[in-house]
Amino acid sequence: MSRLTVPKTYKLYIGGKFPRSESGRTYEVRAADGGFLANAAKASRKDARDAVVAARAAVSGWSGATAYNRGQVLYRIAELLEGRRAQFIDEIVQVEGVSPAEATAQVDQAIDRWVWYAGWADKYQQVTGNANPVSGPYFNLSVAEPTGVVAVIAPQENSLIGLVGVVAPALVAGNTVVVVASEAAPLSAISLAEVLATSDVPGGVVNILTGSPAEMAPWLAGHADVNAIDLTGATELDWVDLEIAAAETLKRVLRPAGGVDAAAPALERITWLTETKTVWHTKALI
Amino acid sequence: MHDAGKELARPTALEMLDGPITDASLRRYLDGIPGVDAVGLEQRAADLGSRSIKTTSKAWALDTIIRLIDLTTLEGADTPGKVRSLSAKAVTPDASDRSTPQVAAVCVYGDMVPYAVEALGAHHSVGGEGGINVAAVATAFPSGRASLAVKLADTADAVDTGADEIDMVIDRGAFLSGRYGQVYDEIVAVKEACRRSDGSYAHLKVILETGELNTYDNVRRASWLSILAGGDFIKTSTGKVSPAATLPVTLLMLQVVRDWHLLTGEKVGVKPAGGIRSSKDAIKYLVTVAETVGEEWLQPHLFRFGASSLLNDVLLQRQKLTTGQYSGADYVTID
Amino acid sequence: MSFLDYAPAPESTSVLNLKKQYGLFINGEFVDGRGDGFATISPATEKHIAQIATATDADVDDAVRAARRAYDTVWSTMSGSDRGKYLFRIARLVQERARELAVAESLDNGKPIKESRDVDVPLVAAWFFYYAGWADKLDHAGLGANPRSLGVAGQVIPWNFPLLMLAWKIAPALAAGNTVVLKPAETTPLTALIFAEILQQAELPAGVVNIVTGAGATGRALVAHPGIDKVAFTGSTAVGREIARTIAGTSKRVTLELGGKAANIVFDDAPIDEAVEGIVNGIFFNQGHVCCAGSRLLVQESIHDEVIERLKRRMATLRVGDPLDKNTDVGAINSREQLDRIRALSDQGEAEGAERWSPDCELPTDGFWFKPTIFTGVSTSDTIAREEIFGPVLSVLTFRTPAEAIAKANNTPYGLSAGIWSDKGSRILAVADKLRAGVIWANTFNKFDPSSPFGGYKESGYGREGGKHGLGAYLATAASGTSLPSSIAPSVPAELTAPAEPATPAEPTAAVQAPTTETTTAPNGAAE
Repeated sequence: MSRLTVPKTYKLYIGGKFPRSESGRTYEVRAADGGFLANAAKASRKDARDAVVAARAAVSGWSGATAYNRGQVLYRIAELLEGRRAQFIDEIVQVEGVSPAEATAQVDQAIDRWVWYAGWADKYQQVTGNANPVSGPYFNLSVAEPTGVVAVIAPQENSLIGLVGVVAPALVAGNTVVVVASEAAPLSAISLAEVLATSDVPGGVVNILTGSPAEMAPWLAGHADVNAIDLTGATELDWVDLEIAAAETLKRVLRPAGGVDAAAPALERITWLTETKTVWHTKALI
Repeated sequence: MHDAGKELARPTALEMLDGPITDASLRRYLDGIPGVDAVGLEQRAADLGSRSIKTTSKAWALDTIIRLIDLTTLEGADTPGKVRSLSAKAVTPDASDRSTPQVAAVCVYGDMVPYAVEALGAHHSVGGEGGINVAAVATAFPSGRASLAVKLADTADAVDTGADEIDMVIDRGAFLSGRYGQVYDEIVAVKEACRRSDGSYAHLKVILETGELNTYDNVRRASWLSILAGGDFIKTSTGKVSPAATLPVTLLMLQVVRDWHLLTGEKVGVKPAGGIRSSKDAIKYLVTVAETVGEEWLQPHLFRFGASSLLNDVLLQRQKLTTGQYSGADYVTID
Repeated sequence: MSFLDYAPAPESTSVLNLKKQYGLFINGEFVDGRGDGFATISPATEKHIAQIATATDADVDDAVRAARRAYDTVWSTMSGSDRGKYLFRIARLVQERARELAVAESLDNGKPIKESRDVDVPLVAAWFFYYAGWADKLDHAGLGANPRSLGVAGQVIPWNFPLLMLAWKIAPALAAGNTVVLKPAETTPLTALIFAEILQQAELPAGVVNIVTGAGATGRALVAHPGIDKVAFTGSTAVGREIARTIAGTSKRVTLELGGKAANIVFDDAPIDEAVEGIVNGIFFNQGHVCCAGSRLLVQESIHDEVIERLKRRMATLRVGDPLDKNTDVGAINSREQLDRIRALSDQGEAEGAERWSPDCELPTDGFWFKPTIFTGVSTSDTIAREEIFGPVLSVLTFRTPAEAIAKANNTPYGLSAGIWSDKGSRILAVADKLRAGVIWANTFNKFDPSSPFGGYKESGYGREGGKHGLGAYLATAASGTSLPSSIAPSVPAELTAPAEPATPAEPTAAVQAPTTETTTAPNGAAE
């Protein structure tokens, strides 16, 4: 007789804590073969609202940290992901029905992708910012600053690589994130939340909602306290409507992308979530 | 008001300003004082805070901290019973070691002064020396938002009922809106309200409320202003606003006191208050005093800690030095 | 009892696990050196620490060959992402063994434990962390697409920041895909050898980093070795000249970080207490053994007396003594040789008429010690205003106007660093514009960061370390500095050009391109 397991409860991750949905709703997560895996929390618009509040509260601390410090925190997350490879591989095998080898490759790629982004924290400024040679006795410098709270619809077709590919770059520049995970494959997202909760990243910097993107995306797109919305994973939604809703407060919008790896690593994924600030200062000897 | 100011101000203040003391002349003088670079100041404070004070130095430091504490209770809920209990603690900080030094003073609201005086009994200082003083907060502490008449009455009441020291607050609203003359005049007037019928004066500490002054440049100016107007001590905070005392702000105030001493020969005291809870932190302040203005300032007439929970942490450390083992909350008394 | 006579607060050496004898670190292992070994001692006590090997020309040759083998077979074919992971591992190991490294550094170098613990070692870890992240992002460094590594780098470092200088050299070299042979300074080999143990813990492939200890001859052998593609040197201008002469006409790339005689300029509106701290930090940090030390104070004449008075009062609280005591501010001079030099120059200062002052402090009898010293009344023609003393000695000069300050500050063959103290932003920025120095600190001094380029103008050397600029020194691109695009330069024999290698992929899963044997043309049109 094999040992009885202790199945995990999959809750939301908001403000550094793991609450159930305030609506009390859950939905079934099924394995690739149709078997029951877990009841995941089905987030409501109020959960999304709370997540935005938590994300906003976390902006000043996270964006105020030194770039080096953010890089250290992000690198530490990669270390913890590495330590939990087996758990992530296992979840992907169950949910996506792929072979362990394929799941392993995905997890490895996700961790390496996270490391790639961690290394950008104290460098993107050197690549995107610069002094400007204005005509006149002025010191003039352009720097990239974080845009603030970023809502994200994660790629829906896989558990982890897409999620990492949209969350990590947002964090690099000091933004905070509310991400709606893959509806069918949410388990890795909550396991990622567990990694975040045990790392040095402050509560509220990343908030993870599981449930229906179709239900939550409109609330996030229309929320006046969200600065940017990443619609990478919204290919199956009425994303034009989302873009229209976002237009109300002139949110920065990243349109959905299809393709094999919609969230492939790119410097642009960091820089579109920054605002360029240019400062002038007089120069005079006398 | 200005005329009264002229007579009672430190003689040197008039020399400093080289003329009548007005809003404008004070502004010119204070604005001409060198600025403070916050990054550099905080770094210097951090360097001083990295000193490692061990063994014999630590033992001396712990005893000195106790001798410099103004043991404080400033709650709306204070009662005669609470004040008696505090006073007993001031007299016998460590029930298990009666050789422990006594604190410098107890600090209470003005209307609690009589209870403190009574509770201290024979341990109460005579003429502000030799025992434990009673310090009273006054001038509509902590906000200072009341008419001058009310603030002076507040002060006089405390002095009349036996306070040895008065901790007043400056009018931050007046300071931040540039009415330096008003701030100055009020300090001068409060100092005069500290005068007793026998001609002696209660000791005046001037609380800047550095957390509300916000910039180091403001703290420096307010420190100079308070000294020019006759304060005996400059004090960081009421403890009711955060941030209260910090090491950089205290360092800055000690630099002003040092410069004043070099300029005039007069010695003014400094009191950081609020937020100093651990011995480790308090020791950093002792180092900062000694290396900025000199060891002479590590005496009750020139330096105080405004604190309540600090005392027990010091006692725990003291117990460890004696017994060699870490102590616990059950082995120190609450007040 | 005076409180200011703080009780001893020694940092324990029990964290150390030193060997009695160290070999050379070649091809991933410690091996005996063929030369006569020598002792490394503590400059604070003159006590023996360990026996160190001397690398002869043959040993240097072994090391270069090992580096070349590792380059050809392992490192140049490895993805940038993997190179980055090794560097991340090294950074982490340095953090884990930070206390041990700090104690070893203070023991061997003489600097206060407070500095090695709070400044040197954290920067070492930070340098490796920073460059780890560049390894797989080289085509974003603004050096064109597909920048290529150079091959084997020969690196010679000084004794003033032994482990930090090692980090400044090795981290970018490895991130850019090169392999390394590094020679630590003769008087401070210890932390480099402990670092070699860290490389073993990180499982860095054998031969990627090789450490050859020895004296000047070892360094010369390394620089002159025909098998290295790149020379990096930090040290005196005199040796820097020698190196530049040695590599002339060869295809070796070179960066030099040499001496300085920096001006620390204090204007009358400076935040005065912080300026005094900055002056003290500028010349007494690390006993003044700092190439970018603020060794000339240029103070506005109107505030000269006040500044000097405050400075003297502040210097009286400096604690000179046992480097391993946590309260020590100023440690030992690194060697007898350096002490003699400092003494000779200081005596020269007096002889030439400047007024000398030091605070009262008791110096230990054993070891190499020098009191923090200032000279006032110094003129621009005095020896101590021109020559780098490399010790805790400050020369004080005055100026009247910003223009005069700039002229005096620039009036030197050196050009490494400068400090500006003023409350006025427009003045700071305008003065910074005009100072001929590679690093300018405003209202601060001696600040270092792996993301911030460091290096000098004029005889303070050329090339930059730190930042993305620090990568350029280790990559072959059109803008490499000592070679021009082939459309302009005379044709260079093929065997002297850098070996062609596969492009560094930006993403670990991208395909590796096949190596070419001819010079390739970068997308921007210039030939490599």
